Parts: sequence; structure tokens; C-alpha cells
Amino acid sequence: MNKSNLQQQRRDFLKASAAIAGSTMLSSIPLMGHSSVNDTIKIALVGCGGRGTGAATQALSTKFNLQLVAMADAFRDRLDESYKDLSEKFKDKVNVPEDHKFVGFDAYAKAIALADVVILATTPGFRPTHFEEAIKQGKHVFMEKPVAVDAPGIRKVLATAEEAKKKKLNVVVGLQRRYQLNYRETIKRIQDGAIGDIVGGQVYWNSGGVWVRPRKPEQTEMEYQMRNWYYFNWLCGDHIVEQHVHNIDIANWVKGAYPVSIQGTGSQAWRKGKDYGEIYDNHAVELTYADGAVIYSQCRHFEGTSNRVDETFQGTKGRTFLSANNTGKLWDTKGNVLFNHPTKGQANPYQTEHDELFETISKGEYKHWDAERGALSTLTGIIGRYATYSGQVIKWEDALNANNSLMPDTLTWDAKPKILPDENGLYPVAQPGLFQWDKA
Amino acid sequence: MKAIPTGKFKMGSEEGKADEKPVHEVTIDGFWMGAYEVTWDLFEPFLYKDFEVTKSTEGKVPANVDAVTRPTKPYLDMTFGMGKEGHPAIAMTHYNAIQFCKWLYERTGVFYRLPTEAEWEYACRAGSTTEYAFGNDENQLGDYAWYSDNSDGITHKVGEKKPNAWGLYDMHGNVSEWTYDQYDANFYASSPAKNPVNKPTTLYPHSVRGGAYDDEATALRSAARLASDPAWKQLDPQIPKSNWWFPEAPFVGFRLVRPATPPSKSEIEAYYNQAPIADK
Repeated sequence: MNKSNLQQQRRDFLKASAAIAGSTMLSSIPLMGHSSVNDTIKIALVGCGGRGTGAATQALSTKFNLQLVAMADAFRDRLDESYKDLSEKFKDKVNVPEDHKFVGFDAYAKAIALADVVILATTPGFRPTHFEEAIKQGKHVFMEKPVAVDAPGIRKVLATAEEAKKKKLNVVVGLQRRYQLNYRETIKRIQDGAIGDIVGGQVYWNSGGVWVRPRKPEQTEMEYQMRNWYYFNWLCGDHIVEQHVHNIDIANWVKGAYPVSIQGTGSQAWRKGKDYGEIYDNHAVELTYADGAVIYSQCRHFEGTSNRVDETFQGTKGRTFLSANNTGKLWDTKGNVLFNHPTKGQANPYQTEHDELFETISKGEYKHWDAERGALSTLTGIIGRYATYSGQVIKWEDALNANNSLMPDTLTWDAKPKILPDENGLYPVAQPGLFQWDKA
Repeated sequence: MKAIPTGKFKMGSEEGKADEKPVHEVTIDGFWMGAYEVTWDLFEPFLYKDFEVTKSTEGKVPANVDAVTRPTKPYLDMTFGMGKEGHPAIAMTHYNAIQFCKWLYERTGVFYRLPTEAEWEYACRAGSTTEYAFGNDENQLGDYAWYSDNSDGITHKVGEKKPNAWGLYDMHGNVSEWTYDQYDANFYASSPAKNPVNKPTTLYPHSVRGGAYDDEATALRSAARLASDPAWKQLDPQIPKSNWWFPEAPFVGFRLVRPATPPSKSEIEAYYNQAPIADK
């Protein structure tokens, strides 16, 4: 197939996607059907922080003919910094006039309307709403992990994932280990039986923690929480969701299943005080699968302790070790190395996920449906948080059906989030035994 | 630290790659050099200010130390499972290594800096003119160095192998070490004869020396040069990328130099206070 055939196929596909999207999409059909000489794929960036700007950089670095045509962020300054970096780097691939820059809580829908493909990279709490809107508007999606922070958000993503399948809209979730060769090659061998049945494992994200953005006097409570978002569950989900989802996703991938129940323990042990909101700094969790296998998950943000970010699993015929630094090893039960993936000169998985997505879109194909597995691995982390905060054993089905949403009822800069500081500036931190995971 | 005497040496190697030629004579003023690569034990109180405060007497640090800009906390575990206590600190950028020197200066009042590339090779050779500080026989390398043949793919505690003639450990292997210099493959052709330094003006590449645990023997030779590379940051998912970390360079560390004659206060400040060059 030559290039022009591919382009025609892609155009037909984009038109078909738009048609399926139905009458709400009338306004954007001309855009999606538009074909310039170069058959440009238009992208919009929703969430212009460091990761969003990184994701846009990777999209624009693919070999395909892309244009960034719209940007959205809650904050004008974040959008401006991102626009400056991207337009300096990519010049004419960035074509975002002032009236295509959208700021505020409702900015996303307007930016989505202008594109063929959208990058969703805001704080995780907004992802379900943004994903729902993107699919409703008939757009292909790259969205960052995690894809939600609570059970109602997960259900919205799962329902939207079904819609995306019906409309044949490609969705890639930024669990980039899924696009990293050491993981693909090693886990393929595990699934082919190289180390037998997986009976146990350990997954870790133990690091020194992340940035803090201290409160400024001119900020409303809403703006403060939005700026220092890592420390608030309605935005972040706690680090067991926000970071550790990567390793938990590997556990689910290796098992080829999701846990049936989860229990664990955690606390604020090291990182206390008014800058650190409500999240814990450590979680230790057991993921129990239907076949009885238990995978241990540990994540913490401590300074001065030993750290590790990797995954190990034990099978009936051997064991494995995997890490984001391109390591993938398999041993038999006697310790003989069965497989050792080379670590040097490997592709950048953050680039690969965009290369593959835009290859598929440019060919007019439908090959990416990451949303469901992204949602279920995110849910695994969320249940981990429910378990450590409450101290209870939590069944998968019960958690999936929980109705308590963390999202504020109103999203304006003057509105009050559901969690507020006390008179000393301290936020309530979940107390196991007292905390009601399905109500709070 | 070990005292490195003022002296002359022949820099480069006729046996090596093109960037090691021409061999040229260089005069170096005396300095002290860390006998070991900087370890995590020393690096972490700089990296983690809360940790530094917790470990400090009376739970506080002086205002001048408090004011030093600290690295952003690394997103990943920067030990990569290779070990921390006694192991070399790794994967920091050139800028990060210099800011560590600044922190140590504020802590101690003593000016520390990165070695120049010429100082590094002079100290590594320790009077030798052979391919390695101990001679030309690659079979002896395992007595002096951790490299791909004996390291099991990880860094090792500093100082476990034999030192060179000037008492410096792990100059060959374990981790490659930052020098101050901009890497220029052709620099030797026009190098000054006295205290040469190719002052860095761009973010890439800097010159890195000594070879690492994951290198073949030849990369550990006294004259072998490595250039830093933007690909060392490709696992950084953010734009702008971190000024502080190279998540794909777990093979890079550094050691300290203290010049025998300290520079003036304004020169010290100029050295430490160069703004980072954004990596977009």
C-alpha cells in the first residue's frame, strides 16, 4: 500500500469515526474530514504540565504529519510555559492561535473539539470526565495514567472504554512499561510458561517522594489544592495510585488477571505537616488473585532509606526480575539464567507509545484499546488505598461498586473541595479502623 | 583526599581512539583528590534536605546551607537496585554534581569542584605511561577495577579494589566520573600546555572518564574518553527535562577535587552559580 492509499484510508476512517459519534459532533466533522495536501493529523493537549508537555513532545516527534492545534489547562501560566517550550522546539508543527488556548475547569471540551487526537494529561481526578468527553466527540486518545482516583471514576472510564470500542477509537494509556521491550519480551516468555505458573510476587515503588508546592497567601483553597495536587486524593489518588499503578499493572499483566481481594497497611510515618495534604507516605498491600496467588505490593516516599522500583515474581518452574531500566531476567528454580534482556541501546518507551498510536491512526486502523486494562489496574491501586486507609479486607466487586466520589460538587476557584484543613492548616489523615472507605 | 603533586604528564594515547590523540605534554598544578568516588552516604543529605535536617545536631542546618538549591527528588529509584550504603552516588547530571560541591562548600567552607579532564587523567595515571595505571596487561584489570567481566552488572562499594600509585581507588571502573570539561574530540590538537580546561558552554556533551561496571576493559583505559549524551535522559517523561538526573546513566558518578591554591571568592561564586541550561 502506498502513502496516498494510506492517507485516503485514514481520512475515511476519521470521517467514519466522526459519523459514528453522531449529531453532537456536527460542528467538528469539517475538521475531521479536512484533508490538506499533507493530510495533517490535528492534536490537542489537555493538561499542559511537565508530563503533558512531554507527551506532546513525543507525539510531535513521531514521523507522522501532526499539528498541535489546541491547548487547555486550568492555569494560564502552565499553558503559556508549555506553549513556549513546544513552539520553540517544533516551530511550525505548533499552530495554536490565542483563541485555541483554553483556560479553566471547562477548557478541555473546547480544545478536544478542534482535534483528531487528544492528549489527556491533567491531574488524574479529571481523567474520567475528559476521557468521556473525548470519546463522545469521536476522538482518538492518548491518556496518562492513572485514569481515575475513585470507584465512580473507574466505572465512567470502563463505560467510556466500551463506547470507544464501538466507535473504533484508538486509546493508548501511558502505562509505558506496556510499550517497553524488556517487559514485552520477558512477560511473553512468562505467559508461554517459561517459569511455570506464577504463585507469588513482589512489586515496589520505594523512592524519596516528589515535589511540594507550598501555599501562597493569595491562593483560594481550590487553587492551592490544584497547585499542590499530589497530596490530595480527589486529584491524585495517593501515590499508591499515581505512581505505583505502574508496578501493580505489571502484577496484573504477569498474572493475566485482576485481584479478587486486597488488604494492607499504611500510614503517614515520615512526611507529616501542612504541606503534605492527606496522602500516606507508605503502603504495604497484598493482592490476592482467584487462583490463590498473592502478590505483595510496597510503595513509600521516605528519605534516607533504601529504595527500589521494580517487580519480581516466582513461578512453579522459576522466577523473574523486571525493572524500568530495561532489565528483564528469567531464572529456573536452580538459578540458571533462562533469559536476560539487553539493557543498553533500548528504545524510549514514552516515545514508542506515541509511535505506535500514530502509526495506527495514520493507517486508519484500530489496534489500541488500553482504557479497560488501564482502568482495572488503576482500580487495583485505588482498592489498595481503600484497604490501607480502612484496615479492612476489601473485595474487588464491592470496591468497583462503591458510590463515594471524591470530586467536589462545584468546580470553581472559590468553591470548597471536600477535604479542608483544620485551624492549624493540617488536613485529616485516614485512621485505619475508623476510616470508612466506601463512604468517606 | 590524596595530595596530587604539581607535575607534567603525557595526556592521551597513541593506542586509543582518534579523540585521544595527539598525545601531548601537559603541566598540572597540585591538588587534592577524593580517594573514593562520592558515595550515596555523602550525597543523600544534599539530595534530601528534610533528611539532612533530621540527621543534624539540634534538628537544624545553618541558613547558608539551607539556602542551597537541592535536586528535584528523582522520580525513579536512582540506585536501580544496585545498592546504596558505601556505593557511589550515580545518575546525577553535571550540574547536579557541581551543586553538590556548592553544598559541601557551604557546609565546610572549603572549595571543592569537579576535576578538569586533564587533572583526572593525570591523577588516574599517577605517573604511569601505560594503558592502565598498573600497566598494559588487561588480565590484571580485575584486581583494580569493577567492569563487565567481574561486576555482575552492578556498582560495588568504593575502595574494594587496589588503588593506583597515588592512593586513588576505582579510577578505572565502578562508575564513570564527571569532569568539568566540555567534550571535544579535537581538543587535544589545540590544548593549552598548562592546566588545560575546555570550559563548558553547552549542555552536551561533557567529558566523562574512567569507564564503569558495565563497560568492557578498553573503556576503562586511562586515556579513554566518553561524551555525555541527551539519550541518558530519555526515560525522563517531563518537558522541560530535569536539570538534575540522568535516569539512563546509572554508570555515571564523580569524585571531588580541592585545588591546592583556592580561587578567589568571586571565582568560587562564578563556578557554583552558573544557571542550569534548560533541557527541552
